[in-house]
Amino acid sequence: MTLLKLEGIRKSFGAIDVLHGVDLAVKAGEVVGLVGDNGAGKSTLMKTITGIYQADAGSIAFDGRGILDLDPGERRRLGIEMIYQDLSLARQQDVSSNIFLGREPTRKLFGLFPFVDKAAMDRQAAQMIERLNAHLPSINRAVGSFSGGQQQTVAIARALTFNPKLVIMDEPTAALAVREVQSVLDLIRRLKSEGIAVILISHRLNDVLSVTDRIVVLRHGRAEADLVTGKTNMSEVVSRIVGGGDMAAAASHEARG
Amino acid sequence: MSSDLATPGVWTRAQRASVERLHIRLESFLVLVALSALMAVLSPYFLSFSNLLNILLATSTIGILAIAATFVIGSGGLDLSLGSVMGLSGVVGAFVAVNLGAPSALGVIACILAGGIAGYINGQLVTRAFVPAFIVTLGMLGLARGLALVISGGRVIYGLPEFMLYLGQGRPFGIPMPVIIFVATAVVAHCVLAYTRFGRHTLALGDSEGAARAAGIRVERQRRILYTLSGALAGLAGLLFSARINSGDPTAGLNYELTAITAAVIGGTNLFGGRGSILGTMIGALIMGVLQNGLNLLAVQSYYQQMAIGAVLILAVFIDQYQVRKESRV
Repeated sequence: MTLLKLEGIRKSFGAIDVLHGVDLAVKAGEVVGLVGDNGAGKSTLMKTITGIYQADAGSIAFDGRGILDLDPGERRRLGIEMIYQDLSLARQQDVSSNIFLGREPTRKLFGLFPFVDKAAMDRQAAQMIERLNAHLPSINRAVGSFSGGQQQTVAIARALTFNPKLVIMDEPTAALAVREVQSVLDLIRRLKSEGIAVILISHRLNDVLSVTDRIVVLRHGRAEADLVTGKTNMSEVVSRIVGGGDMAAAASHEARG
Repeated sequence: MSSDLATPGVWTRAQRASVERLHIRLESFLVLVALSALMAVLSPYFLSFSNLLNILLATSTIGILAIAATFVIGSGGLDLSLGSVMGLSGVVGAFVAVNLGAPSALGVIACILAGGIAGYINGQLVTRAFVPAFIVTLGMLGLARGLALVISGGRVIYGLPEFMLYLGQGRPFGIPMPVIIFVATAVVAHCVLAYTRFGRHTLALGDSEGAARAAGIRVERQRRILYTLSGALAGLAGLLFSARINSGDPTAGLNYELTAITAAVIGGTNLFGGRGSILGTMIGALIMGVLQNGLNLLAVQSYYQQMAIGAVLILAVFIDQYQVRKESRV
C-alpha cells in the first residue's frame, strides 16, 4: 500500500530552481534511501513533505489524502516526522520539553485552566529514552549541554514518541561515532519491522545499501533513478549520483571514503 | 560520558534547582536582599511600612512593562516602544474620558486597546514586512510618543472620572489599587509563561525558531500575539500611571523601556531569547524599585539615577554573558 506519493514536485527559491518535478512513492514499512550530490535538492524535497517549505507545483498524498494545504503541525499529527540534520532542538530547554514541543499534554487546573502536565511529559520522555536503549546524563538538563550523540537521541525520541507512520532522517549518522551509527541502523530496521516507513538521506552509501529496500537518486532536482537495493551495487549508485562518466574511479573513491 | 555525570558543585546545583523549580535566579534574589539590607542601614525610613508600599507602588508601572519585556525578549524579540506606548495609552484614555466625556469604563478600555493596537502594528510589521523588531519598535517609540503629543496638543489632560481615579488612587484594605492589579497581573503572567503551552512555545521560539517551526508551532502568529500582548500590557501600565497622577501626560513613561528591559534581564531573561520567568523579572523589577527608592531617600539627584539604571543594564548582561561563556553551554 502506498503511504506517501509525490508527483511533479517543483520548488524554486527566487531565481534558483531546486526541484524540477520530482516523483517519489513510499510504501508502508518500506525503507527508502534518498541519495544525491550536495545541492541535488534532498533536504528541500523532504522539507516540502513536512511542510516547512511550500511546493510551487505538484501534489503530495499521504495515506491517500492530499496534504499540500496542511501546515507542519497538521502534517505531524497525521504521522509524518522528520529528524533534521541540524536536529532542530531548543537547546536551552530540557529533554521532555523538546520531545513534546508543540504537543504538550495538558490537564485542567480547577477544571478550567489547561496547564502543561510536565510530570507526565518527564515520565513518558524517560520511558522513550529507555526504549531506545539510550543513556542521558539527566532528563532535566538543557539539551544544549549534551554531546552530539545524546542530542541525536533526543531528536530521535521526539520523532518516535507519537507513533509516526513515516520517519524522515536527514543525515542521521553524519556526526556519530561508529557504535552510535550501528544503533541508528538497528533502529531503522526495528522501525521497518513495526511497519513504519523510513526515508533515509545519507552520504554514507554503505549504510544506505545495508539498510534500505530501495534507493532513489536525486540529481539536478529530478529523481534520476529508482533502484531496488537488492539488485544494485555501490558503483551503480555512485555512477547515477555523479551522472555516468568515470564510474570506476568514482566508485573506488567512494569505497575508500 | 563520565564527565557529564560528574557531580556539580553545591552552588551550581542550587542554582540549577532554583532555575528549574522556582524559575528564578539565586543571584538576583541575593542581590535584592543585599541591596535592601544596605538601604536599611543607610536610611532609617527604608524599612517603614509606608515606604515599602511606596516601593511597590513605584514598581507597579515598571513591573507591568517588565512582564511585557519578559514575554517578548524571551521569544527572541524586542520591544523598545513600551514606554512610549504607555504614554500614548494614558493620553488616549484621558482624551476619551475627559475630552469626549465617555464613561469611565470606556476610558479604561481605550487605554488598553490603544496599547494593544500599537503592539499589533509592531507584530504585523515584524512578521509580515520583515523589518527587524529593533527597528520596528524603535520607530514605534517615536510614532507613539509623537501621537500622544498630537492628541493632547502637548498639554496634560487633567481631571479623570472617579472610577478611573479609583484604579490609581484607591486603597482597599490599605493597599494601593495599582499594587493589587500589578501583583494579580504578575501571578497570571507567571502561570501563563511557566505552565501553559503558549508560554512554553514562547520560550522555545526564542531558543530556536527553526525547532519551533519544525515542531509545528505557528511562529508568526505566536509573535503577533506576543507583540499585541506587550502593547496591551503597556496600555495597562499607562492606565494605572494616568489614574495615579489623575491626568493623561504625553511625556509619561519616558525612558521606562530602559528600566523595564533592565528588570527583565536582571531577573534572568536571556537577552537573546529562550529563557525567562516572571517571578525572576519581579525580583528584577523590585531591585530597580529599591535602587531608585534608596537613591531618593539618600537624596541622590535623579540625573545620577538614570546613569545607575543604564550601568546596571550593561552590568547584568555582562554577568549573564560571562557565565554563559564560562559554562560554555548553549
